[in-house]
Amino acid sequence: MTPTAALETLLTGFDDFTAARSTEPAWLRTSRAHAASIFRDEGLPTTRDEEWRYTPVSGVAEIPAVPVATAQAEAGAIDAFLFAEFDGPQLVFVNGHYAPGLSQVRALPAGIRVASLAALIDSEPEWLERHLGTAVRVRQRAFTALNDVWFTDGVAVVVDAGAVIAEPIHVLYYSTGGGASYPRTLVVAGENSQVSLVESFAGEGAASYLTNSLTEVLGAAGSHVDHYKVNRESARAHHVASTHIQLSRAAVFATHNISLGGLLTRNDINATLAGEGIECTVNGLYLSDGDRLVDTHTAIDHAMPHCHSYEIYKGVLDDRSRGVFNGKIFVREDAQKTDAKQTNQVLLLSDDATIDTKPQLEIYADDVKCTHGATVGQLSAEALFYLRTRGIGKQDARALLIHAFAESVVENIRIDAVRHALEQVLLARLPIRE
Amino acid sequence: MSTATDTIEQLATQDYKYGFSTDVEADTLPKGLSEDVVRQISKLKDEPAWMLEWRLRSFRAWQKMAYPAWPNVQYPPIDFQDISYYSAPKPRKQLNSLDEMDPEVRATFDKLGIPLVEQMALAGVAVDAVFDSVSVATTFKEKLGELGIIFCSFSEAVRNHPDLVRQYVGSVVPHTDNYYAALNSAVFSDGSFVYVPKGVRCPMELSTYFRINAAGTGQFERTLVIADEGAYVSYLEGCTAPMRDEHQLHAAVVELVALDNATVKYSTVQNWYPGDKDGKGGIYNFVTKRGKAMTNAKITWTQVETGSAITWKYPSCILQGDNSVGEFYSVAVTNNRQQADTGTKMVHLGKNTRSTIVSKGISAGKGQNTYRGLVKIARNAQGSRNYSQCDSLLIGDRCGAHTFPYIEVKNPSSTVEHEASTSKIGEDQIFYCRQRGLSSEDAVNIIVNGFCKEVFRELPMEFAVEAQKLLGISLEGSVG
Repeated sequence: MTPTAALETLLTGFDDFTAARSTEPAWLRTSRAHAASIFRDEGLPTTRDEEWRYTPVSGVAEIPAVPVATAQAEAGAIDAFLFAEFDGPQLVFVNGHYAPGLSQVRALPAGIRVASLAALIDSEPEWLERHLGTAVRVRQRAFTALNDVWFTDGVAVVVDAGAVIAEPIHVLYYSTGGGASYPRTLVVAGENSQVSLVESFAGEGAASYLTNSLTEVLGAAGSHVDHYKVNRESARAHHVASTHIQLSRAAVFATHNISLGGLLTRNDINATLAGEGIECTVNGLYLSDGDRLVDTHTAIDHAMPHCHSYEIYKGVLDDRSRGVFNGKIFVREDAQKTDAKQTNQVLLLSDDATIDTKPQLEIYADDVKCTHGATVGQLSAEALFYLRTRGIGKQDARALLIHAFAESVVENIRIDAVRHALEQVLLARLPIRE
Repeated sequence: MSTATDTIEQLATQDYKYGFSTDVEADTLPKGLSEDVVRQISKLKDEPAWMLEWRLRSFRAWQKMAYPAWPNVQYPPIDFQDISYYSAPKPRKQLNSLDEMDPEVRATFDKLGIPLVEQMALAGVAVDAVFDSVSVATTFKEKLGELGIIFCSFSEAVRNHPDLVRQYVGSVVPHTDNYYAALNSAVFSDGSFVYVPKGVRCPMELSTYFRINAAGTGQFERTLVIADEGAYVSYLEGCTAPMRDEHQLHAAVVELVALDNATVKYSTVQNWYPGDKDGKGGIYNFVTKRGKAMTNAKITWTQVETGSAITWKYPSCILQGDNSVGEFYSVAVTNNRQQADTGTKMVHLGKNTRSTIVSKGISAGKGQNTYRGLVKIARNAQGSRNYSQCDSLLIGDRCGAHTFPYIEVKNPSSTVEHEASTSKIGEDQIFYCRQRGLSSEDAVNIIVNGFCKEVFRELPMEFAVEAQKLLGISLEGSVG
């Protein structure tokens, strides 16, 4: 398919789509049309594009771009992806549409509001206009535009100033396979508020599909936001996601990205530290096997002085799978006293697995501490030897170390229900006995 | 620290020490680049048909290439038609001794601190001094000749050793490799050629001092170093250039071939005119350097880059043979408005290949220093090992340090480690030195030299001394 044809395919049906949504507020209609023109100008990225150098996305163009209309799914299929004993509401979206019947809604304490975006478009368009898209500073080329063109629903989590919300919120975006969905998540945390949000992406079925999600987090001064993103997409999924974080003075933000599924997974995490004294943590783990590809691009922009950022990203690659990592840290001219640490570690388990990693520091201030490290390789010979001297067989020792490598990211998850569920997945994927 | 500030002022405003230019009658082609110019260069140099053919192929390839825009440096676009592609001092007669050399040229070398005679006697260094583009003086040729070592200018090699040149030229850096390599292959003026025969250990450091002299002349050096099986050679390249107001383009190509069990050490001290403190003038240094190491061979690149307005070079190793070793040690300094985008590529193809990268970047003033490197482990490179370390030192709050390390691994039995850090000179370090009675200038000097020690100790002795002095001129005291 030629690039132009691919572009047109991804915008096919746009006119009918907007015609059917003629009651939408004018700003949203303008924004969709504007995004469509950006998409036409930029086109789908190719591997000649530095940011997409190792990740071919031509497969995306073969998926019909119009959002899947049906929101029907079997309750049994969904249950596997909800967390047992989760101490908060679990909202389910099927093919990008809110499915109240499948969700486990419960009364929330004062100070927090969780609403579907589709509902907000109707009820509070002005509020939405003021917030939606404001955290998106770095464009992920065509894909953020594509979400802007097609999104219809998603979640808005709004926390009032000073509200401390103990219950975590789980949003599950489930795809039944075939077609595309464009989930959109918006978190607005007021001053000195606290909230935790888990975004899950899952899917089933033999048909390939596209999940193009966009998440925005606006953290006001002194807010604490704990964010988790769990990818358990089907082996036929093209998952292209971007998370945009805009933080103000003394905000504390942490995100943990666990990527376990998908044929093609691309995660962009862009954090802008726009106030002093911010602490930002970006951690991640990906397991990949078969012919899958997991690509992570993170960018932490230290725009102001006295901020700390920590990043640990780990990957385990097996079979013919491919891993791509690009971690950028920008330190702007006046961002003195910045402390940024980045670590990227990858284990290659097979002869055919490939990793392309590029940690990248761009520093324009002098009084900073910035380190990054990347290691690619096998298990430590010393650690293997130590276990073997304790009477553990070679295969078991290896399995134990691989598991421990991955587990060290999962163990930082602060929501027990999520951590336990993922530990079970890890045990199944990386058993500690071979 | 007012004294420190004074020193900064003093050093920052200090004129380029080696900025002078000598009036020698030069044989210069008119500005512009076309197929005719390429033919003319070849004719002027009396080259055989195959060489001209190769130049023309390169020129045609160059015409089809796009101007590279990816480096992390900013400069006005270069007008390739506004450059003269050849300039040679008028040949007088064949020289038998140094005394016959143009006295003005001699004086230039003396100002640069390369007394040829003294070097011959004391240091035992054979200098193939390249003045502008044509080699004017070659020393120690006879002594090297006894061992069968060929050390001559590139044009001489084309005339006298065409088979060797034909076999190896372009074998490491193909004429289609990149924009500037293609340009160089089309219009290269001269350069150095070294061949060390099987099993011979070259008894002295071979050295060439490059100079850019005539105004507005780009210099297109081409260096080819071949170490045959089991041979050893250490090659030094050192550069200074006179002060110019106009940007000068330097696009050199260096190819190293280390056959089985051979060792090639290539050391560079680069101190070309960096432009004044507002970034006016200065050399554009766009260089392609690459070595190919066969079984058990070893290639070491050591560079100290203090000059040039823009430095853009990636001395690389292709570790083709099993057990081959590649090393890269670099100190790059950018001050005022200098920009450097430099690093290395280690391409591991053979089994059990090893590479080490130690890169030290120092940015001061408004300098921008970028490390860009690639470590690539191919599928069959079992048991390969890489260790990379990139440290940046920042002096002043308007400079920048950037790292772009690319790591591509396709083999699970290899280990790649990359570490990078960025820091500034600590107030406490300076305070400690000062309370021991050192001036802040000396304190900075020893701290910076300590920071670069890992690289300097890889340099041959006489170069290490010069490198430390250069660092002093480029930066010391620019810290408070």
